[in-house]
Amino acid sequence: MPAVQETVEQVRAIDVDQYKYGFSTEIEMELAPKGLSEDIVRYISARKNEPAWMLEWRLDAYRRWLTMREPDWARVDYPQIDFQDMYYYAAPKSNAAPKSLDEIDPAILETYKKLGIPLREQEILAGVAPENRIAVDAVFDSVSVVTTFKEELKKSGVIFSSISEALHEHPELVKQYIGSVVPTTDNYYATLNAAVFSDGSFVYIPPGVRCPMELSTYFRINEQKTGQFERTLIIADKGSYVSYLEGCTAPMRDENQLHAAVVELIAHDDAEIKYSTVQNWYPGDSQGKGGIYNFVTKRGDCRGARSKISWTQVETGSAITWKYPSCILRGDDSQGEFYSIAVSNGAQQVDSGTKMIHLGKNTRSRIISKGISAGRSQNTYRGLVSAHRRATNAKNFTNCDSLLIGNACGAHTVPYIESKTASAVFEHEATTSKVSEDQMFYCMQRGLTQEEAIALIVNGFVKDVLQQLPMEFMVEAQKLIAISLEGSVG
Amino acid sequence: MSLLEIKNLTAKLADEDKQILNGLNLTVEKGQVAAIMGPNGSGKSTLSYVLAGREDYEVTDGEALLDGENILDLSPDERAAKGLFLAFQYPIEIPGVGQMTFLKAAVNAQRRKNGLDDMPTPEFMKLVNGRAKELGISPDMLRRSVNVGFSGGEKKRNESLQMALLQPKLAILDETDSGLDIDALKIVADGVNAMRSPDRGFVVITHYQRLLDYIKPDVVHVLSAGRIIKSGGAELALELEANGYADIVGKAA
Ligand SMILES: Nc1ncnc2c1ncn2[C@@H]1O[C@H](COP(=O)(O)OP(=O)(O)OP(=O)(O)O)[C@@H](O)[C@H]1O
Ligand SMILES: [Mg+2]
Repeated sequence: MPAVQETVEQVRAIDVDQYKYGFSTEIEMELAPKGLSEDIVRYISARKNEPAWMLEWRLDAYRRWLTMREPDWARVDYPQIDFQDMYYYAAPKSNAAPKSLDEIDPAILETYKKLGIPLREQEILAGVAPENRIAVDAVFDSVSVVTTFKEELKKSGVIFSSISEALHEHPELVKQYIGSVVPTTDNYYATLNAAVFSDGSFVYIPPGVRCPMELSTYFRINEQKTGQFERTLIIADKGSYVSYLEGCTAPMRDENQLHAAVVELIAHDDAEIKYSTVQNWYPGDSQGKGGIYNFVTKRGDCRGARSKISWTQVETGSAITWKYPSCILRGDDSQGEFYSIAVSNGAQQVDSGTKMIHLGKNTRSRIISKGISAGRSQNTYRGLVSAHRRATNAKNFTNCDSLLIGNACGAHTVPYIESKTASAVFEHEATTSKVSEDQMFYCMQRGLTQEEAIALIVNGFVKDVLQQLPMEFMVEAQKLIAISLEGSVG
Repeated sequence: MSLLEIKNLTAKLADEDKQILNGLNLTVEKGQVAAIMGPNGSGKSTLSYVLAGREDYEVTDGEALLDGENILDLSPDERAAKGLFLAFQYPIEIPGVGQMTFLKAAVNAQRRKNGLDDMPTPEFMKLVNGRAKELGISPDMLRRSVNVGFSGGEKKRNESLQMALLQPKLAILDETDSGLDIDALKIVADGVNAMRSPDRGFVVITHYQRLLDYIKPDVVHVLSAGRIIKSGGAELALELEANGYADIVGKAA
């Protein structure tokens, strides 16, 4: 089986601590003064030349944040974060707003190339059939350095740019939608994000348009002691369709770095948004030193009738993951989906899941979660399915499977169900299993190495979810999962 | 040179002080079918697991030579690539892993270890479909997850299919006959007979003469309390069927 083989080869090619994206780029950066204050919020807004209303919005969030407390209900454990001991803005000095690729620091282009993300359109065009092209917004620390295929997308009316740029070119759209799904008051990290977010992607698909290519954002944290706070806003107008993929990596560093993003999706009548994430932030070393704190708020609003939002996530990175991509099923007959693979190894802690909030009639949701825990990691699925009084005939199907590798890890399932209408039908299935020695021995007796056997068994376990990913990323994700589990047995 | 030569093999449970194989000696020649019979709990499956390299057992003495090479220090997959195949008494289920995926992974893993390129997919498909048909395995069974939801007999047939695809030098069949209906028994036996060749050997573990009616053994060994206590020709099996183990076991003790 080629995928298994590729996986194994990939695994072999890795030297230290398995994380192959751990390099850092030497590049001159412009940093905001360390720490957080109203002045820093003003600084960020000024750097981006934002309209006055945006600064007010940020300051309002900041003031509110000061009154809030960090949430402590998740099953994760970490030392107090010192919010004054990090930088909130870091941008490559060379050219803060490059007009074309030629103006981008070659070190940055090289970085993305090394990560397997070519940014030169000519290079992408060379070997790829048009239907397989992917437009990329590349975010490096606090700023978007380039967005590819923008012109081509414009032809079909699709707006794909950094959110900073959208604030200048389409302020009315940004103003209308930002914070409309995740309000600035939502939660500690989302409020912090609202105050200090630096960049992120903006997508608008006009009515009736099927976005002609995959869109994606690739986030890279490079600078030390820097938090990354990006904000993504995707609007699918009536009857439109878009598939969007997000990827991320960071250098290996001893310190923990904070990543607190907000993603808002809005689907109008008959629109569909498919949002996939392959999250591979640096997980820390096997002893739990370093790694990213990934505290993220992602929410989709099925605002229109018959709209559909589907989240697919493959989570392998981060020291701590705290994220619950959710759907508000507001429109009648709207649908929400959440497909998740969360892999934890070493000392990683994952507390992830989803919320499906049924508000409209005949709304349907589907949750398929596959947690794989190895090493000394802890992996929690936390999910809420709720139906409002008006949400007659709401239907949910939830399936949560956990797979344990070894004896030192933990898997936990915390489902919450709230139904205020008698006509709602919520189904919940959960299983926990172990990769058994019998299975390993059986595979090895047939000639598979230990690594091949684990890869095969785990890929079998996550197959249902992998199939939800766009084709090009399926194999990638499969490899990533195997790599993350390297060293988990024997 | 003998195909398999086991000398004074002594093995215990890895994490318990329980010895199961007690200085076992056994030789299987190339081209031979050797039947192993013996009471429940005498160590037949343990012998096959120890030869295949299962970690639950610790070899404390003796050696096992496959084609003259001691295999006891090799990992299970290395032994497999050297041509040792074990048809499990209780085949294992692997949810989510398709049969085709599994079979192909196995075939190619062994080919690679032996310096061969992967088998091209069309050739592989043809091979599997051909063998499956011979063994009465339906296309539907090939589409399902490995052994998941298979009946006892289907699992055993599936083991035969794997053997046919992997073409081992030495195949150990641990009670492959149990759970098979009469027709399936004949099909599986035909599969073994078709694979008999001057440089391949079989160790057939069974409780019943029935299987040996179809697969004529060259030798029959009786295993009791972790040792071979008696060996003979095909007639020994008939004798055991008639009289049970009491006599021989008594004498050996
Ligand atoms: N993993 C194990 N843990 C505990 N006991 C074991 C284990 N493996 C084997 N034994 C014990 O060793 C002895 C031999 O077992 P084995 O399965 O080899 O017998 P067998 O000859 O194959 O029996 P049967 O004819 O019933 O299949 C039995 O007493 C069994 O309980
Ligand atoms: Mg047995």
